[in-house]
This record gives sequence, C-alpha cells and structure tokens, in this order.
Amino acid sequence: MLSPTDAKTVLETALLSSQEPLSIADLRKLFDQEIGADTLRRLLDELREDWRDRGIELVNLASGWRFQTRPEFQTYLDRISPEKAPRYSRAVLETLAIVAYRQPVTRGDIEDVRGVTVSPGVIRTLEARGWIDVVGHRDAPGRPALYATTRKFLDDLGLRSLQELPPLEEISKSLELATTGEAPASAATDYPVDEQAGTPPVASAA
Amino acid sequence: MPLELIHSSDAPQPVARVRGQPLTELPPDLYIPPDALEVFLDTFEGPLDLLLYLIRKANVDILDIPMARLTYQYLEYVEAMRRNNLELAAEYLVMAAMLMEIKSRLLRPRPPHAAEEGLDPRAELVRRLLEYERMKAAGQKLDALPQCDRDFTAVEVWIEQSIVKRLPQVHVHDLENAWRMLLARARLSRHHKVTRDELSVREHMTLILRKLTGAGFCEFASLFEPWRGVAVLVVNFLALLELAREGLIEVTQAEAYAPIYVRLAGESGDANTAAPHVAP
Repeated sequence: MLSPTDAKTVLETALLSSQEPLSIADLRKLFDQEIGADTLRRLLDELREDWRDRGIELVNLASGWRFQTRPEFQTYLDRISPEKAPRYSRAVLETLAIVAYRQPVTRGDIEDVRGVTVSPGVIRTLEARGWIDVVGHRDAPGRPALYATTRKFLDDLGLRSLQELPPLEEISKSLELATTGEAPASAATDYPVDEQAGTPPVASAA
Repeated sequence: MPLELIHSSDAPQPVARVRGQPLTELPPDLYIPPDALEVFLDTFEGPLDLLLYLIRKANVDILDIPMARLTYQYLEYVEAMRRNNLELAAEYLVMAAMLMEIKSRLLRPRPPHAAEEGLDPRAELVRRLLEYERMKAAGQKLDALPQCDRDFTAVEVWIEQSIVKRLPQVHVHDLENAWRMLLARARLSRHHKVTRDELSVREHMTLILRKLTGAGFCEFASLFEPWRGVAVLVVNFLALLELAREGLIEVTQAEAYAPIYVRLAGESGDANTAAPHVAP
C-alpha cells in the first residue's frame, strides 16, 4: 500500500503525462482500485493545493482532471507560438449560445432566435472544434438534425457541467403586456405624441 | 432624420408624453453619419439585431414599443442599405413587412369585446427580441470564459513511451529451444558424407546476411540447412549469434514458443509489425 505522498506523486505523474483529462475511474486503475474514490478526491484536492502558486493548475472538468496552464500566462506563451488562436465571429458565438442554452436544437430553432439564416460554415466551425454534434433528429418533416454541446465544449471552457454556464441575463421581468396597466384606462387622451405616431399604449387600448 | 417626428412640437412644451408623463429631454440620439453607415450596418447580425439596437438606443420600454416610430426608423435603415448596395438579406424585408402588419393591427379600432382576445400584436415580436437579446448576451459571456488553446493550454509532459515502439523481447532460452529443435531435425535427416569441412563462422555470417538481404523477416529455422549436418548447423548458429552480437541482425519473437524471426538490422521499420503474418 502506497503512502499518501507516494500516491499523490503517482497521480501527478499520470495526470501530467496524459493527453486527455482523466476521470476518477481512470485514476483508480492506477492503484488497482485499492484507493477509494473519496480518498482519491481528497488527494486530488491536496495536489491541486500543492500546485497553487505555479503557472500550471490542476482543474476538474466534465471529463475528469487535467493539468493546464493558468490563463494569466497565456500572453507570454503566445509570444513563442507561431499561430494565434482565432476569435469567433458573433454569428458563431450566438449560435453556440443558442445550442448551449436551448439544446437540443435544430438549425430552424437557431434561425428562429437569430432571425437570419444559419450559414453552414457556422455549424461546421463548431462541429470541427468538437464543441457541438448531432444527437438525434426531430420527428418533424425533413427530420432535421438536433444539435447539442459536447463534453469537449465543457472541458475547453473549464466547466464541469452545463449548470456551470453563466446564468442568462434577466433582461426584462415579464412579457405580460396586457397586465402592465398602471395607467388608468381614462388616460387614453394623454398620449399626444404616441397618438401622432399611431401607437396607443397597450394599457389604454384595452 | 428619425427624430424630426418628435421635434415638431414647440420649444417650451414637452417633446413627448410617455404613459402620461411629460418628457422634456430627447432620448439619446439615433443619428449616424451617412459615411459611417456602410460599416455600421455591416455590424448587424440581422433584422432582430437592428431592431434591438433601435429600441435600446431610443431608450424605449421594450414592452411598450412605439411601433410607428420604430417601423419608420427601421425602414430608413433598410432603405439606406439598399442605397449603399449592401447585399440586403431577405430577412430584413420579411421583418419590415411584419412590422407594418403589427402597426396596422394596432391602428385598427378594437371591437368592444376585444378584451378577452387579450393578445397585444407586439407580443410575439417582443418575445423574439428578448430571446435574441438574451442569446446575444450569452454568446458574449461564453466568449469571455477562458477558452482552451486561446487563454490556456492543456499540459502534457513528453513521455518516451509514445515515441519508442515496443518490440518483443527474445530470451536466451528461446534461442536455445529453437536450436534444440533444429538439432533434432538434423538428426532425422543425417547424411553420411565425408568432406573437407571448411567451416568459417564469418562465411556463414555473410551467407546469412545475403539470405536476409531484401527478404525482410525470415523464420529462424529457415536460415538453417539441417541436411548439411550438425557441424554446419553449429557454425551457422554461431554465425547467427555473432551477427546478433554485432547488431547486424534483429531477432524477434512475438511471445513465448512463437516462431522466432530474424531480419537485417536497420531495414525499414514498416515491415516490423506485419512481418510475422507474412512469413511462411
């Protein structure tokens, strides 16, 4: 039986040498299942603590644990890497948001929200990145493909689950137009400008 | 210009009344210099985006959109787009038609019992605008999250295992066993020929090398000619060992008791894994 320090070193070595995030189940195999999941999690927390003051951090993602560089050092790393990571267009980002927050969605759903045709390039960009994929087909004419976000999407954004997505902004409290009537119905004549513009407010029109 | 509609009133009077409250200050301007228009319009992601911009800039309540003003302004921009020969997506025209339809429905006098009908013609537009605005904001938030390969990099330590191809290990015992089998076979087909034996290990080394040249993997046993007698076999075996020692040949075996294969050292590695299947 390994001492906790040795076990931590084994974990560290495995995580550093792995190309993919390692799940608790993967990591348990390192010890022939001799270390329980709870103990493993405690060791991983300790390991994360050990690396706290370094340029590299241990993070827990949707697919498991991974060592990665801290974002604040990226400016330096960018100077030695030949190509810069491109930024995505608004069309790509809005499409990604719709898939992430409203999944599963069809291309039609996305077009409905954005009010414009979704170009195939946008979908292809996100599929090529491995962030969205087809998870099924809606039982509707043409059987349109249903898109959803992948685990890689969560991994790449440093998230463990969709619940960790930034909350949607509450832009306006309610859509109940007809019940917003603070203005008395008799006030209808008090809207000279609106009258001119041909739009009596809802409350007075009712 | 869009705001002239409101400007027409006299100076001391409120420029507008909103829900009965007089409004003396104009909402923030919507005016865009004409030469900036082309660039500006290009930045809209579609009719909803443009409408949202108009509504948010005019500072009006999204739940109480002044349809006439909005429609008027919207059409102005669409017209400007056409003048500037921007490729005008059909969606912009569909939206224009929809705005005018909503406006006309608002103008139509309501029947007295319309209350239970209840639905504001603008409701669906508002729903779509709010949903679009929410997703637009969400897209920006997603972009703000640290992103792999853009804001950070996954760490991966170089390990030798991924570079070096693992070859089967041959144990001395395997060679010994193979040798015994050969001896056994030699005994079966023994010739009783008496000749001058000019056995040179070096010579056999050359013979073996020549046999192996271009042949890829050869089965260990095929390198021997048992009918030539034990002495030849011994020299042959010694030659093989010598070649192996000098690193001129490679001796491999997939697993215990599996056939042993021999090939020239430094021959292309491609045949490496396939060879055992190809060999006789």
